[in-house]
Amino acid sequence: MNPLDRYGDLVDDEAAFRAACDRPLPQVVRVNTLAADADQVVAAFDEAGVAYEQVAWHDGLFRMPGGSPGTTWPYVHGWVHGQEEVSALPALALDPEPGEIVWDACAAPGSKTSHVAARMDDRGTLVANDSNLGRLSALRHNAERLGLTNLVVTNRDARNYSLREFEFDTFDRVLVDAPCSCEGTIRKNPDAHETWSLDHVHDIAGVQRDVLRRAVQATRPGGRVVYATCTFAPEENEAVVDHALDTEDCELVEWDAPLESRPGVTEWQGETFDSTLERAHRVYPHLNDTGGFFLAVLEVGA
Amino acid sequence: MSDDRPDGENYGQVFDRLPATADDRVVPGRPTRAEVLDWWDERFGVPPATFDGHSFWEKGNGKIWAFAGDVPDGVDCEAVGITFLHARQEHWKPTTDAVQRFGRSADQNVIELSDGEAAAFAAGHDQDLPRWDGDWGYLIAAHQIAGGLEPIGVALYVYGELRSRVPKGRREELG
Repeated sequence: MNPLDRYGDLVDDEAAFRAACDRPLPQVVRVNTLAADADQVVAAFDEAGVAYEQVAWHDGLFRMPGGSPGTTWPYVHGWVHGQEEVSALPALALDPEPGEIVWDACAAPGSKTSHVAARMDDRGTLVANDSNLGRLSALRHNAERLGLTNLVVTNRDARNYSLREFEFDTFDRVLVDAPCSCEGTIRKNPDAHETWSLDHVHDIAGVQRDVLRRAVQATRPGGRVVYATCTFAPEENEAVVDHALDTEDCELVEWDAPLESRPGVTEWQGETFDSTLERAHRVYPHLNDTGGFFLAVLEVGA
Repeated sequence: MSDDRPDGENYGQVFDRLPATADDRVVPGRPTRAEVLDWWDERFGVPPATFDGHSFWEKGNGKIWAFAGDVPDGVDCEAVGITFLHARQEHWKPTTDAVQRFGRSADQNVIELSDGEAAAFAAGHDQDLPRWDGDWGYLIAAHQIAGGLEPIGVALYVYGELRSRVPKGRREELG
């Protein structure tokens, strides 16, 4: 089945939603502020006659109508990183400070990790973990290209992640950019729905629940956990956050998203979720001409 | 980790912090922090203060990493910061990533390339460049972009030829 059929009642304009999902996604780059600012990137694009369009909601994001950003000087210098536009949300929501101790629990291939590191001004310690060693090599390549020196890269299961070896026993902030069914990436990967099944959604939701719970446990009181996916399935989004709210000491807090979004759902196929799930953000492709996304900001022990 | 093994040997799979000076050295042949700072200063004129926020680590024989965070010695991990120098060989060699990250303040052994030369260099091509009358050996190749001189990567200059040392995975055809 096409999983998008499930969401007709969730979106306000189903025809626009479906039409947006059928359109290819524009190529986008994010400015790596550790190496350059947006003005330098603009100057370099202008000098080379490279076409670009600054994204309205973030001056460090550029849509590249001409295609491959890899063959531009700003890319060679590590000034920009090719990244889906909506993927810039988690680092903004995490809002880390330079000098903090931050965990990116499911970090590979490192687009959001590198954005978090840049927001930390490459200071403090950013533990970038992923259970998949192959994908970690992509993360390391990206991190080195972008000159991120505050990363510790680990290859462990986030669900029972131990801090025993470190000199700290909690993180200030944790990003859980969870592995998911990727329904929202259909514009980038036209095959994304071919392997979709409800069984897979339920299986991966189990992993997501365990990772999010461990993230909350590993965060200091008053610290922040951001939970994000690139899928629409409430089983992987609101239900996972609802489980964390039920079982761990945390609450879902308001966050002003810089682009258009819709509130999280509090009811799905007979299941009801905590009313604060309305503070979560659903980004549908037709709202800002991006990929699909879900994001919730949790405060620990608050 | 580091407590489980005898001192005095370099373990290729573990991250160990470089000793501050030769007096602190336990592992034979391991470069010291002072030597690394001197090398960047003497070779490229990069001021030692550039690295005030970074610790240096060795993993593998002579592969040196620069790290801005904080972890205990010998921690079980895949990477701390970025690889930035190949030491323990006659001519130390910086990485492309290190030159891009720390090379902006370099003021010697930097070769400024024209647009065409820079594009050839970024694509990984070697080129005859007899106009360089400075040192042979590893240079920082740079070019003018967006109103400033920006390092591209590491070149090896010998016999009038500028050899690109941009690794395969970082080469780009800029057209």
